[in-house]
Formats: sequence, structure tokens, C-alpha cells
Amino acid sequence: MTLLHWAVLSPFIAAILIPFLYKYLKRIHTGWFVFILPLVLFIYFLSFIPRTSSGEAILNNLDWVPSLGINFNVYVDGLSLLFALLITGIGALVVLYSIYYLSKRKEKLNNFYVYLLMFMGAMLGVVLSDNLIVIYVFWEVTSIASSLLISYWYTREKSIYGAQKSMYITVFGGLSMLAGFSLLYIIAGTFSIRELVANADIIMASSLFIPAMILVLLGAFTKSAQFPFHIWLPDAMEAPTPVSAYLHSATMVKAGIYLVARLTGVFGGAPEWFWIITAAGLITLIWGSISAVRQKDLKGILAYSTVSQLGLIMSLLGAGSAAFYFQDGDSALYMTAILAAVFHLINHATFKGSLFMAVGIVDHETGTRDIRKLGGLMTIMPVTATISLIGLASMAGLPPFNGFLSKELFLTGMLNVTEYGIFNLEAFGFIIPIIAFIASVFTFLYCILMFSKTFMGKFDISKLKVKHVHEAPAGMLISPVILAVLVIVFGLFPNLLAYSIIEPAMAAIAPGILSPGEFFDVHITHWHGFSAELFMTIGIIVLGVLLFMTFKKWENTAFYRGEKDLFNAAYDYGYDGLIKGSQGLTRIQMTGRLRDYFIYMCTFIILIMGYTMYRYNLPLIQNLDLSPIPIYTWLVISVFVGSILTIPFLNNRIAIIITTGVSGFLVALLFVLFRAPDLALTQLLIETVSVVLFMLVFYHLPKLKKVKTPPRMKTIKLVISIGFGLMITLGSLSAFSMGQEANYESISEYYTENSKEKAGGYNIVNVILVDFRGLDTMLEVLVVSLAVLTVVSLIRLRFKGGEDV
Amino acid sequence: MFDTVMIIALSALSIALVLLFIRIIIGPSTQDRILALDAIGVLLVGFIGILMILQDTSVFSDIVLVLTILGFVGTLTLSKFLERGVVIDRDD
Repeated sequence: MTLLHWAVLSPFIAAILIPFLYKYLKRIHTGWFVFILPLVLFIYFLSFIPRTSSGEAILNNLDWVPSLGINFNVYVDGLSLLFALLITGIGALVVLYSIYYLSKRKEKLNNFYVYLLMFMGAMLGVVLSDNLIVIYVFWEVTSIASSLLISYWYTREKSIYGAQKSMYITVFGGLSMLAGFSLLYIIAGTFSIRELVANADIIMASSLFIPAMILVLLGAFTKSAQFPFHIWLPDAMEAPTPVSAYLHSATMVKAGIYLVARLTGVFGGAPEWFWIITAAGLITLIWGSISAVRQKDLKGILAYSTVSQLGLIMSLLGAGSAAFYFQDGDSALYMTAILAAVFHLINHATFKGSLFMAVGIVDHETGTRDIRKLGGLMTIMPVTATISLIGLASMAGLPPFNGFLSKELFLTGMLNVTEYGIFNLEAFGFIIPIIAFIASVFTFLYCILMFSKTFMGKFDISKLKVKHVHEAPAGMLISPVILAVLVIVFGLFPNLLAYSIIEPAMAAIAPGILSPGEFFDVHITHWHGFSAELFMTIGIIVLGVLLFMTFKKWENTAFYRGEKDLFNAAYDYGYDGLIKGSQGLTRIQMTGRLRDYFIYMCTFIILIMGYTMYRYNLPLIQNLDLSPIPIYTWLVISVFVGSILTIPFLNNRIAIIITTGVSGFLVALLFVLFRAPDLALTQLLIETVSVVLFMLVFYHLPKLKKVKTPPRMKTIKLVISIGFGLMITLGSLSAFSMGQEANYESISEYYTENSKEKAGGYNIVNVILVDFRGLDTMLEVLVVSLAVLTVVSLIRLRFKGGEDV
Repeated sequence: MFDTVMIIALSALSIALVLLFIRIIIGPSTQDRILALDAIGVLLVGFIGILMILQDTSVFSDIVLVLTILGFVGTLTLSKFLERGVVIDRDD
């Protein structure tokens, strides 16, 4: 255990302490204790920057299950560090914000902070682990913690719905991912990501490459809310706002991005990887931005905007993965996309976090998040308005904020794609920048809509539930202000991050591209001449403003008024259908009637035996070496068969008992014919006892009822009985015939020879029963005594009537 | 010669068995069936006796004894059931 291991596990340890602090230090808001931890961790992780920026990576091993190759190895390189800083940094700000957001008196703070710390630790574990199984473990903990946090107000129906939905979708993805990881292990024989990257060419050549890739991507896409798995994210907005700001904008939804970035070294360079990720990202981008325009709830807008921005980052990672296709040569063309992805990742975390917090403030102060009720808050809440303005302008991609820089880089990356000349891009490549452009127009549009509807226009107190609206307390404003300041700082001085954070992260995403000692060229400027990107940005702004000006015209169209996502309906119908379908299936199958279950069992035995015989060319009824059958044996057997066949047709119960007795006696006679005196004796005794028993209970038996069965049912039963008998007969005959063919020596030779010599008895059957195989007899005796006890207890302790068994 | 006689005897007994079984099936009364079952018990005694001669063994002799007792007990049980409706009376 090194310090790094403790750093990953420290939130879990802290989570254990929280309930005690909450219970015994009631006067201090529990959040203050929590606040220290992410702050310390953030500073601790900052100390790694000098080492990672020089291209160094830190690996600390800790054995967990070494026999299975599962080890808790902590690995810190540029990418992990970037995520760790995001998680702890924004984590600290969110905790600070939540201290003012959640009331000390009304809320169950212990639950909240336990879940939050659980989530933080799990998230750190995901980004800092080198082992895929450890990543999976932490991954599922993030899913669980996320669901717990979404259903924090668990008395609300919508919270539960949202938590369930996110749980189902992300756990579905998590399990697929586990399957993908297992396939990777089968191919390469290791769970370590670094070793997988080293064996990338073996993985590439394997036939399991595509299944492994798709399964892993299912995990990444469900977590990162990519199309069509994005539907859980808008419903997760039922969580408290600090949670939405932390989990559903800055950290958890980026776990999928992290995974894709991390595994680019393994899968990158394959056309399938390129196309799936780029296409999924672009579809998510445009779908999210169009859906965001339709939302009326502030958090709904932000949720869809998160979906859209995550799609943007994903598509950039896809575009950048082409770098692996050409291992050598000029990589600048492809690396722009990865640079844009990393840069936008940081930018998105900053502005989206601040926007969520601003929305939380609006919600907190006005009591609503509905844009149709809000308006004119600019003068009432100037600080919040400024924060929102900065965040939205950055999201829309306006200079001088950081969103502008990453958007320009994004457009450059997308335009570069058309120049790749691989993967059939010359045919379809031109669509990619067009989609990016249209999506950006919509992004611009919903940013303006959100600002104008909330902060501009007329202020109407009558629509609000609260009496008096005022600016939030200073404590609540600290965190969003810090994030907004970061937005501006990163916007004005983007190169502050260039070689300290962005370049190491790029090197981690694209391992093996650089020769040692080299660095990617990272230079982000506001002005790079009259390029295509600049004109596209101008186009985006012009078109966005035009659409906003004509807003009145399409305000009442079905497009704008409809809020529901199409895929929500698909999910709901699918969910209901699954429940109804399985209930229906159970109802058909579980009738509660024994005869139906008998039909199932017998049918399956017939099918299995029949198929086995057919498959292996059975029955082998040949070379049967049978003894001659004398005439009286034929007659005895025919009477025996006749007695069995008569039973189903008898109407009188006594006749049935007598006929059964006859068949029992005849079995005893057959034992005599085949020279088994002990069996015959036992059989006679048992048969008589059974007849007597039947007579004993006869009085209590109900009247024999003739049930009218439909002819179809009768036929089915007949067919099944005949088939079953036939299968057993054929099976026994084949067994006999095969036994003769194999010509094994019978074990009974041993018993005949040694019964007298070793056991001192002439009666071989009895010697076998009590000497050679005495254990069986002992257990049979046990069975009989159990039966006796059961009968006694059934009679003595029987229910008085009315009780259910 | 001896074997042939035995086999003929066994076959004759088997035919008797078939005929008794027909009586059990067609009834018509329960008493007929019980008598037929009893007769089958007695018939089995003869059957086993001849088999013992044929197989040249005496190991089935105790079965013959048991069979006679059981045939008696079985018939008694069934008859008592027909008479009283129960097999074992309660003392009270």
C-alpha cells in the first residue's frame, strides 16, 4: 500500500466516519468535514504535475488476486492525472456549494455525503487503475453511488424512476464491458492496460477483436450517455443540483470518455473503432443539441447539452484514433482532434459545473426551474446572471472564453477528417463537418434561449411560489464564481495548461506515436488567420442569431412544444413490455397443475433422448443375444402387461387396487422365474402391505371422478405416454446391446467368488447388502425411518383445517 | 420327458392365470374379484412349486409359505373392508 493507494481509498474510509460526525457534531454542517478531503487530494494530485509533464508515469503495484491476474495497480500518467484533478477539484467545489445548498436541518446530510464520498472514491479508482477488473469494480460502484444520489429524495416518484433507469442502463453497459474485458483477457492474457497496449497488434489480429471492442464500447457509451443510451441522463436531473453538477456533467459521464481515451491505444487504428465512435459521437452531438432546444426545464436543457457535448468529445476521440493507422509520419493532422478532445473535456467540466450551480441557485431562490415561469432575473441576481452568461457564452463558443477555443479546435479536427483519405472517408467524409456545423448552430441557439428566458424579459413574481426573490448567499456563489473565473482564465491564457496537463494527457491517449523525448506540438491561439474554422464560427453565430430572432414563429410548432425524447417512449414500452411479457409467459407456463409439469418433463426427456439416439445412430438393437422364452413365461408376461393396461380403463377403485395387487404378485412370480428368491419374498410382502394400506385409506379417499378431457388433450397424453415408454425401452435395449458389444466382464464374478471366502456367507444378495455395499443399506434404513416419522407427524400434527400448506 | 410334463403343467397354470385375470377385469361384483385374487395367490403357490422342481432348487420354499399367509391376510383385509367399510376397528 503506497500513498497513492491510500489516496484512492481515502474517500471510502472517510465515508465510514461521516455518520459518526453527523450524529455527534450536529452543530457543524457535515459538509465542512467532507470538504477537507477533496481539497487535500487535489493538492496532492497537483504535486504530480511536474513528473507527468516530463513524460514520466508512476506505477504502484498492490496484489489483490494475483492468481487471476487481478491486481490493484495504481497508474498515474497525464490522462489519469487530468481526470483525478477534475474529480478532486470539482469535487471540492461541489462539496462547498452543497454546504450552502443543502439545509442542515431539513436534509439527511449523512446519506448525502456518504454516497458522494463513495462516488468520489470509485471515480478515482476508475481513472487511476491499471487493471481492467479493478476498473470494472470501481465502475459499478460509481453506478450504484449515482443511483443512490439520484434517488436522494427517495419519497419522490420521479427520483426513483430516474435512479432505476440510470441503474438499468449503466449496469447493462457495465456488464457488457465486463464481457469485453474478459474477451480482451482471452486474447492477450492480461488485464493490465499497459500490457494490452503493448500487445495491441495481437489483439488487432484476433477474431475476437470486434466483439471485444463492441462490448467495451457498450459500457463506455451507456456511461457517457451516448446515443441511444442518453435517455437516463435527463431523468437523472431529479438528483440534488450539486449531484447533477458533479456526477452528471463533470465526472461520471466522462468515465466513458476516459475509457475510450484509455483504450484508444488498444483498439485505435481499426476502421471499425474510428467509425463507431465518430458516428456515435456525432449523432449524440446533433441529437442532444436539437433536443436541448426543446426543453423547458433549465436542468433538462443542461442535461441534453451535456449529452451533446459528450458526443462532441467522443467524436473527436474517434477522429483522433486514426493516428494509429499511420504509425509513423506526420501525426499533427490527427492529433488536433485529440488535443481538441482533451481541451474541451477540461472546458466542459468548468463551464458546465458553473452552469449547473447557477441553475441550482435560480431554483433555490425562485422555487422553479421552468423557463416559462422565469424571466428578468438579471437585475435581481446579477452575480448569478454573470456566471451564467460566461458559462453559456463559453458553451456556445464565443470568444474570448475557453469554449471558443475548443470549438475552433473541434471544427479544425472535423475538417481534418475529410483529408485523411482512409476508411472510405473520401466518400462520406464531407458529411462530418456539416453535422458538426449544424449541431453547433443548435448549441448556440439553446445557449441564447436559456439566457434570455431566464435573465432577460419581464420579471413576473405571480408565476413564482416564493414571495421574495433575491441574490444567493455569498457562500453559494463561491464555487460557481471560481469555475467562471477558470473559464475566463483558460480562455485568455490557454497555453497555461498546454504542456502541464494537455500534452501529457494526449501522450497518454496516443501511446507509442511519439519517439521518446518528443512532445506533441500544443499551441492554442485565438487568432489563426482567415481559416475555414473562423468562417464556420461566424456562420454559426449568424444562423444562431437568425433562428433566435425568428423564435416567435416556431415557438408554437409541435417540434418546440414536444419535450419528450422518442427513445424514452421506447424505453418505457420496452420496460413495460418486458414485465408484461414475462408475466404472460409465466402465466402460460406455470399453470399450477401437476399434469402440465409432467407433460413438460416427459416431453423434454423424450426430446433429449430421441435427439441423442438420432445423433449417435442409436438404438443399436443388433446382435441381441437373448435367452429362449418358454411358453408359460409368455403367458405370465402377457397377463402382467394386460393388468397394467387395464388399470386406466377401470372405474371402480377396489378393482383398481386389486388389479394393482395382481400385477405386483406377477412381478414376484417373474422374480421367481428369473431365480431371485429374496426379491420375490420382499416383493410379495411389500405388495401385500401396499394393498392393505390402500384399503386402510380407502375410506378417506374422495369419490373417483370421471373428468371429461378434450380429445386433443387425450391424444397429447397418449402420444407422450407412448413416446416415453418407447424411449425408455429403446434406451434399455440399446444399453443391453452396447453392453454385449463392449463385452465387459461383469463385476458379479467377484461377488460369486468371494462371498463365501471373504464375507462368510452363501447368500450373495444378502452379503452384498450388508457387507460389500452395506452403506447403501444403512441409508435405505434411514429412508424408511424418515418415512415412518413423516407419516407419524403428518397424522399427529395435521392442520385443523383452513390453513394453507 | 419330465421337463415336458412340467412345462405343460406350467402352461396350464398360466392359462388358468389368464382366465382368473379375465374374471378380475369383468367382475361383475367386487366379491368375484377378491375371490379371483385369492385364487391367483393359490395358483402362484403351485406355479412356484413346479418351478422349484424344474429349476432343481429349494430356495423358494419359504416364499410358498409366505405366499399362503399373505394370500390369507390379503383376502381377509379385502373381505373385512367390504363387510365393515374399514380394515382396523377402533376400540372406542
